[in-house]
Amino acid sequence: MNSKYLSRFGVLAAVLVFAGCSSTGMRDDQAAAGADVVESGSGAQTAGAAATGRWTGSPLDDPASPLSTRMIYFDFDRSEIRSEYVDVLRAHAAYLVDNPSITVMVEGHGDERGSREYNIGLGERRANTVLRFFEAEGVNPAQINTISYGEERPAEFGHTEAAWSMNRRAVLSY
Amino acid sequence: MHRLKLIIGLAFLLSMTALPVQALDIEITQGVEGALPIAVVPFPFTGDTNSPTQDVAAIVTADLTRSGRFRALPLSDMLARPSRPEEVDFRDWRAVNVENLLIGEILPNGPAGYMVKFRLFDVFRGEQITGFSFPTTRNDLRATAHRISDLVYEELIGQRGAFATRIAYITSVRDAKGEEKMHLRVADADGYNPQTIVSSTQPLMSPAWSPDGKRIAYVSFEKSKPSIWVQEVFTGQREKLTAFKGINGAPAWSPDGRYLALTLSKDGNPDIFVMDVRRRSLQALTRHWAIDTEPSWSPDGKEIVFTSDRGGKPQIYRVPAAGGEAQRVTFEGSYNARASYAPDGRYMTLVTRVNGDYRIGVLDTANDTLEILSRGSLDESPSFAPNGSMIIYAGRENGRGVLEAVSTDGRVRQRLATQAGDVREPAWSPY
Repeated sequence: MNSKYLSRFGVLAAVLVFAGCSSTGMRDDQAAAGADVVESGSGAQTAGAAATGRWTGSPLDDPASPLSTRMIYFDFDRSEIRSEYVDVLRAHAAYLVDNPSITVMVEGHGDERGSREYNIGLGERRANTVLRFFEAEGVNPAQINTISYGEERPAEFGHTEAAWSMNRRAVLSY
Repeated sequence: MHRLKLIIGLAFLLSMTALPVQALDIEITQGVEGALPIAVVPFPFTGDTNSPTQDVAAIVTADLTRSGRFRALPLSDMLARPSRPEEVDFRDWRAVNVENLLIGEILPNGPAGYMVKFRLFDVFRGEQITGFSFPTTRNDLRATAHRISDLVYEELIGQRGAFATRIAYITSVRDAKGEEKMHLRVADADGYNPQTIVSSTQPLMSPAWSPDGKRIAYVSFEKSKPSIWVQEVFTGQREKLTAFKGINGAPAWSPDGRYLALTLSKDGNPDIFVMDVRRRSLQALTRHWAIDTEPSWSPDGKEIVFTSDRGGKPQIYRVPAAGGEAQRVTFEGSYNARASYAPDGRYMTLVTRVNGDYRIGVLDTANDTLEILSRGSLDESPSFAPNGSMIIYAGRENGRGVLEAVSTDGRVRQRLATQAGDVREPAWSPY
């Protein structure tokens, strides 16, 4: 769950170590970079705070929040929202209602089976299902944009149901 | 199964742009039993300088062989190599059971030109069937060879040849960083002379030739939204036709080139529209909550077929191009999509699902029978050759996107692949 954090912390550590090792004048850039990282490294300390239950960064980045789930999956040739994603989408809707200046792009995608332009239609239907869910939850439609990529932007490149199920998705990007 | 392997174009890299473009390798995976035996004798060059860089007879041989309708006599089996009629002794050819003989020569013609002369003979009658002289240039030698193939094909098969045509297709290559680069390319029908006409890191889709073969309409996701463009094939000049909110997709030219049928979802869900290309005026052809997409015109321009899932599953429907009630066309199977007419207006090719596999079918609209022509599980995007003899489509081979072509009777099969990446969405040019 905290892998994003750990990797950020890892980068910080690596840069600090690197900066620490450097003893030549050409390291100015790295030193500056190190300083940058140290500043945002307050995020690293927030990781500790998160462990005790309080998050001070953007709620979108809180790994413990349903808002950190930005991808939902669909059944074959379907565009209904599966019950396991209802809470996630409600959380996103509440976030958008609370933050009327924030907009979200909903991308609809499909798997590679069948014809490409029909899959563009299917991807749009998936994106629109999410759009209508948000509208029903009171989100201002002006905050929501949609686009369908059909099968053109797969997340997984295999040609099995395992890959296809990962590609039938809607992606929320803020 | 007759397995002739013919790899051409491996080393042939040619491009209008600075980018190296890989030729498509063509492999004949199945030929016809009882193909016509023909001998194509190498055409000698009679000049001293400026000798041609293309082997015209070899190109004709490859064309005829690739059609599956001809079996070419190997050079090593030729008892003589005539290039003029007076040098022909028909006994040499009867002895090796060749029914038709093609001879010719290439003459210098001006400072940079050539004259290609050829004659086609009926060996058993001992008569000339046809003969022509074509003035040409170094750059047009391949095209001249394809014209000869067309004439031979027409004389002996009784149908216009489609060798001097081209195909447009999309390629996709992923670089070391995983970034996808897409290209819209145009190549000769034999895979040679591939030229990139559009490149993008965003999806490119649905190339469609104008009926005069001078323009290609396509969908581009540049600037992260879909839009329909029309581009001049020769100059590369292009114009954005539509960029409405939502889907802008599936462009299809009317047979007279005046209109484009297309899919727009600007009013909430995908519907078919017809645009007057010059005036840019738009008329809605369908109004339905379902997905209506993939329009294609009948050869007489009176009807448009399209894919719709208004019945629950995608099926083919037809609607008068001037507007009217849509009627369902396909009833067999739970998935039929992306239909397009053969030039004769009787047959239609489409994608159909058979036992979970997506295959290319041909529907005979006269008696409502559907024949499955392809053998893959993810076949899509079928497109008729302008003479209706073959259908080119996209399939998968070892996980890679390849183009395949099959004769409409299913007897001849070819595969076209690039060395790297996927090839998809082929569109066969008009004549």
